[in-house]
Amino acid sequence: MHDSIHGTTDGTASTLTLLVYALLAAMLCLYLVGAARERRAPRAWSARRTLCFAAGIALLALAAAPWTVSWAHADLRGHMAQHLLLGMFAPLALVLGAPGTLLLRALPNRPARRVVALLGASPVRVLSHPLAALLLDIGGMYVLYLTPLYAASTTNAALHAFVHVHFAVSGYLFTWSIAGPDPAPRRPGVELRLLVLLAAAAAHGILAKLMYVHGWPRGTAHSAAEIEAAAKWMYYGGDAAELLLAAAFFARFGAGILSRIDTLSCRRPARRTRGARPARG
Amino acid sequence: MSEHDRDRTSRRASMRATILIGIGVMAAVDEIVFHQLLGWHHFYDASTPMIGLLSDGLLHAAELIAIVAGFFMFSSVRRRQMLAPRAAWAGFLIGAGGFQIFDGIVDHKLLRVHQIRYGVDIVPYDVAWIAFGLVLLVAGLVLARRARAQGPEPAPSLE
Repeated sequence: MHDSIHGTTDGTASTLTLLVYALLAAMLCLYLVGAARERRAPRAWSARRTLCFAAGIALLALAAAPWTVSWAHADLRGHMAQHLLLGMFAPLALVLGAPGTLLLRALPNRPARRVVALLGASPVRVLSHPLAALLLDIGGMYVLYLTPLYAASTTNAALHAFVHVHFAVSGYLFTWSIAGPDPAPRRPGVELRLLVLLAAAAAHGILAKLMYVHGWPRGTAHSAAEIEAAAKWMYYGGDAAELLLAAAFFARFGAGILSRIDTLSCRRPARRTRGARPARG
Repeated sequence: MSEHDRDRTSRRASMRATILIGIGVMAAVDEIVFHQLLGWHHFYDASTPMIGLLSDGLLHAAELIAIVAGFFMFSSVRRRQMLAPRAAWAGFLIGAGGFQIFDGIVDHKLLRVHQIRYGVDIVPYDVAWIAFGLVLLVAGLVLARRARAQGPEPAPSLE
């Protein structure tokens, strides 16, 4: 199997892997230090959030593991598994670990307020809006698989790394914009987020089927059977991730939607049955 | 809120939740039994027009969210002790049956997303599929009418 990135540059590949692992370890350490400090606070930092964040780091580490990487290079299914980890499952675990909330609690007042101000700044709000995140994340997938970009990324190490980082970051942004517990000024309402979730799930599934039918991505050494199998992994793996994301969304924000439905249904005039007294209050 | 209004609200809320669950569960059963276990449904049917592929993606996403939303709403109804069991079952049957009919007519025949089975005379399968959906739907509607007529149900005991 043509493997130009890792063929003769094993040294570079291991250096990159080490760098990634160092970064992940640093992120986890920072989080654990913050969590340890907050456990002594009146509102102790929940162990569940710590576990979620740690699980997210572990999933990223799994995605970056040399074994996974070589599987992804050899088989398109491996690539799909890696992307599902990077772009859907790890982000959900990380987001549910609420690192932003932890940061705001651990920081002293002035820096904390500056972080909040930064979160409310226009560029940040635009990029982290569900629609923008949808375009970057799912739109990015369409661009990757339906254009020569995928084939190019198998021969260009920098492009390859960029694609992975893009999916991790845009996956995190998207997941947070839909179901993230971390606060930010003027976040969009729950109805919009639900619609975007629906659109994202639909677009993801449609892309998987398009790849299955038309043999995308093209210009690679992957056989038609391999592409079909990978497309199915993408479809069903995406289903699983979207189920989890929907569950996280409803658990955190479902109450708002429920009360909206209840208010709407109460406005309908009561149907009088014979002998019943008119409703009061 | 009067007793009557509270019953109506309970029934409505229960049914809203379980209609969604019925749709989602029926879709999931179809997926697991016919796609995975029996292998009758195919992942893709070459005769599906593009509009079929697009709408199938949207419907599949909606079913996924429906089952999560339904379970969330259901647990909320139970927590507020507003569950009306008969209305809940009615909603489930209506959702499941309605979905089967929709799937049997729109997905299979109009949008041609997939057929029930390939390489056989499809007519008896189509008839059986839609008939099954009709049975569920009618059962649900009958149960709903009875739940409405019989008024307040005893609160379900907490185990």
